[in-house]
Amino acid sequence: MSVNWDLVWSSLGPLIGGAIKGTIPLTLASFVLGLILALIVALMRLSRNVILAAVGRFYVSVIRGTPLLVQLFVIFYGLPTIGIKLDPWPSAIIAFSLNVGGYAAEVIRAAILSVPKGQWEAAHTIGMSRGQALLRIILPQAARVSVPPLSNTFISLVKDTSLASLILVTELFRQAQQVAAFSQEFMALYLEAAAVYWVICLVLSSAQSQLEKRLDRYVAH
Amino acid sequence: MSPTDEAPVLKVRGLTKSFGSNAVLRGIDLDVPKGKVVALIGPSGSGKTTVLRCLNGLEMPDGGTVALGGNGTGELRLDFGGKVSRKEIFALRDRSAMVFQHYNLFPHMTVLQNVTEGPIKVQKRPRTQAVEEAERLLARVGLLEKKDAYPFELSGGQQQRVGIVRALALRPQLLLFDEPTSALDPELVGDVLGVIKELAEEGWTMVIVTHELGFARQMADEVIFMDDGVVVERGPASEVLRQPQQERTQQFLQRLLHDF
Repeated sequence: MSVNWDLVWSSLGPLIGGAIKGTIPLTLASFVLGLILALIVALMRLSRNVILAAVGRFYVSVIRGTPLLVQLFVIFYGLPTIGIKLDPWPSAIIAFSLNVGGYAAEVIRAAILSVPKGQWEAAHTIGMSRGQALLRIILPQAARVSVPPLSNTFISLVKDTSLASLILVTELFRQAQQVAAFSQEFMALYLEAAAVYWVICLVLSSAQSQLEKRLDRYVAH
Repeated sequence: MSPTDEAPVLKVRGLTKSFGSNAVLRGIDLDVPKGKVVALIGPSGSGKTTVLRCLNGLEMPDGGTVALGGNGTGELRLDFGGKVSRKEIFALRDRSAMVFQHYNLFPHMTVLQNVTEGPIKVQKRPRTQAVEEAERLLARVGLLEKKDAYPFELSGGQQQRVGIVRALALRPQLLLFDEPTSALDPELVGDVLGVIKELAEEGWTMVIVTHELGFARQMADEVIFMDDGVVVERGPASEVLRQPQQERTQQFLQRLLHDF
């Protein structure tokens, strides 16, 4: 097998373009929205209100119990049959956000539970409401615990966004498919796509270590 | 001395609390006059810590009344037999402050932030004023140079002194101590007890749950011995600790003395 290096080189532009215009914004938007959703669901699951808690549990169960690809197809191909037509981009963002929301909710819930009860009590003693205690005392401590598992979710999401190519979102992998189909250089193009994903994830891993270091400044080593 | 000075700051009547079918408090009465120190002693499970937690709204009593009144601020009276609002619980917490057995400092905040969090974020006092006051209080307990340290960098005794300063910074009418030295290494106990003693001399009104009988004898104006959710015996420290009248008190004291 000989590698067509010219093709690899010339296709790097479109692939990186797909990452910058597709994969990266899709990941960021879905992750931010997903985290907000996850926090809400985590609080629902921790709520003393049994209905809220049950709704939260049901949501997590559905998201974790069904394939992401199926979720994506239900939203993009399924919803139009009941009159809800969404473009590829909004469909992808909705599907990925919902998915992140389900997984990250469990991470955040566990992280909140890992903060000792005495911290809530100390917060109440100095006069804080539950909301204030959560925002100023509990979540900052939970954040430190949840960085490693949430980073996992984030890095998985980068790669999962390749599924959006199946609903015609122009992102990294779809760019690779198109060049590969045109040139018939499947091995070269797909390995090249893999390499670009890998580089993105390497950058993210190093960002994760930086963040962990920063959040670790107040614990004994 | 005017009669109002003698009037209790804290007046508790008929406090009851159950956890499930387990009655932890079975009608507790408690009076703490302004500037006095009351020590609660008793075996574990006697309910003494629960009394303290009820006084700070960390536990919701099932019945009874708690009245907290200072000079000129009017009396706050909570009747737990009826419905007690969140507002009333917040008012109770605003007037009392708690020092925990395990300090419960906020690990993600520096010493200074721990102390000023309540005054600035909850009581909405001006930042510069709150910081000044916090620094003055930290200097008093010899920890001003640690103000930018995180709790994990401090010894247990230092952490507990920060815990005390955090409570003082709220300017409460009533200070509550929940076994403030029982998590400490023996050689660190003295520092913390010294600080509490100074506060007593300064005229702070305090309720202290403690196992340190010597300390209780030295500082407490009144000692209350609790067992099984009731007050068994109460009186001046010298009497309750030296010549207990009740058999249960005698047994408890003897057991404690045997441990030494």
